[in-house]
Amino acid sequence: MCLATCYRSNPHTLSAQSTGTITSMPVEIDIERVAHLARIALTDEEMTAYSEQLVHILEHAERVQALPTDEVEPTSHPLPMVNAFRPDEVIPSLDRDDVLAGAPDAEDGYFRVPKILDES
Amino acid sequence: MTDLADLTIAQASAGLREQEFSAVDLLDAVERRAAITEAHLHAYLTLDREGAREAAEAADIALVDGDLRPLLGIPIALKDNMVTKGVETTASSQILAGWKPPYDGTAVRRLREAGAVIVGKTNLDEFAMGSSTENSAYGPTRNPWNTETVPGGSSGGSAAVVAVGSALGAFGSDTGGSIRQPASLTGIVGAKPTYGLVSRYGLIAFASSLDQIGPLARTVPDAAMLLEAVAGWDRMDATSYHGDVPAISRSLNVGVRGVRIGVVTELVGEGIDPQVLAATRATIDRLSEAGADVVEISLPAIEYALSAYYLIAPAECSANLARFEGVRYGLRVDGATTEEMMARTRAEGFGPEVTRRILLGTYALSAGYYDAFYGQAQRVRTLLRNDFATAYGQVDVLVSPTSPTTAFEIGAKTGDPLTMYLTDICTIATNLAGDPAISVPVGLDDGGLPIGFQIMAPALGEEVMFRVAAEVERLVDFTARPRLATSKVVAP
Repeated sequence: MCLATCYRSNPHTLSAQSTGTITSMPVEIDIERVAHLARIALTDEEMTAYSEQLVHILEHAERVQALPTDEVEPTSHPLPMVNAFRPDEVIPSLDRDDVLAGAPDAEDGYFRVPKILDES
Repeated sequence: MTDLADLTIAQASAGLREQEFSAVDLLDAVERRAAITEAHLHAYLTLDREGAREAAEAADIALVDGDLRPLLGIPIALKDNMVTKGVETTASSQILAGWKPPYDGTAVRRLREAGAVIVGKTNLDEFAMGSSTENSAYGPTRNPWNTETVPGGSSGGSAAVVAVGSALGAFGSDTGGSIRQPASLTGIVGAKPTYGLVSRYGLIAFASSLDQIGPLARTVPDAAMLLEAVAGWDRMDATSYHGDVPAISRSLNVGVRGVRIGVVTELVGEGIDPQVLAATRATIDRLSEAGADVVEISLPAIEYALSAYYLIAPAECSANLARFEGVRYGLRVDGATTEEMMARTRAEGFGPEVTRRILLGTYALSAGYYDAFYGQAQRVRTLLRNDFATAYGQVDVLVSPTSPTTAFEIGAKTGDPLTMYLTDICTIATNLAGDPAISVPVGLDDGGLPIGFQIMAPALGEEVMFRVAAEVERLVDFTARPRLATSKVVAP
């Protein structure tokens, strides 16, 4: 596959059209949106590089998407466990000061962060 | 006289009980070994000298009192994604540099309660994402059989220390083969238990539906002993198994007469190195001669396992690693707002492979794609489990190579993520199925690099899995050790 031919109007949006005979959805990645959702500040170069790699990896996922699975239930836990019950007992939790000792910034028993809301 | 660092756990345990040497002597021998080998390997990230000495001294007092706990005084190493109270735990990531956890994970706590001496924390691919231990923020670990090659991964540090005797046993975590593949590449035994058998509390999460803690050791009985010390239900892990722990070491000496063994067709053909294949075939022949009934069995869905895995694992990792946001622990890079601080912290703190998988997983879970990617992959998992269920209706265990090749050169696969992912092709299916599997060394290739043989069993089938593994160990009698397994100074 030639990545260069797959560029759309947004240089950070790559897509890979299925080349096989099976039906599958084309891979399109809006890498800026994905990086924002993941809260990772990427440079333009990094966005382009990751975008290409992700498309390449997702092309392999197309094989999985083409499998007929209409009647198949998803597996999330391999053992036949339904509910995990335990006695409702109070047990000691971690000491607050011990936990805060590992934090980058703490004040008055709380984690401290920069301002969350824009003032505008 | 034998260097104590070359003893198996069983031998060391016997020697301690007979008071032939003390736990402090044993720790000294292992630390002397580490002082030589670490210059070549970089397998440890942290040596907890003070904590280890205290534990060894306490073990010596208990031994005099006739305490018979099997791991009492035994020096072991822990992968650095296992949370240890007061001892730096980084998961080989910059984002956790310097973090000293306020608690012990459950497996760690059980090891301490068993009297084990925790020597230190071992290197891994960052957050266990990788197959070569090259993705560590603190530099790669090298394979003691040939330091130009990788030890496998992600538990490469744990594998390397056991191979050279800078610990008598170790623990790792296995999400797609991260215990078995490095065990294979370093000529030792490594086991991934049934999902849920060992608590994941205090294992820094990568992919929660796949991650399992398991042992790495020089022998099958040693691995069984290590696993027995940590297995069992834990109230702190809702996914841990609430039933009886399998009789892991009950049948180690029973042999394989009448055991039905299935050779996985898809894993003994194309894509497997010819020498690995030959050693696998030879081992199967030995098992057959020893009385096992060997048949070939196809698992058609296995061809989709790798693709499904590389949707499920990144999806789960993107959710799990959301907790590293510069607020509660580890690195913070300042920003004008909390969101900017988080995005900068995560950009600075995560390495490229972790970033790649978080992005992939975030995409696969984002609105409109969830069912097409994650949902479909979880359904493929069911197809694979159905294949395994059919197979285990006919045989007791399945066998294959552990790794398609022996150790590869450092840097050989770092350029293309997909090439690296393919190294997990033999191990991934059992993680998706939730089943146990073990790797046992069965020979060396022409280059003197170890070859591993994988035995898979149905969920909670540890007893028959260890039974077959122990017989493979007896039949093959693999005794080779790497050149670096010495406490004498070695030329680089």
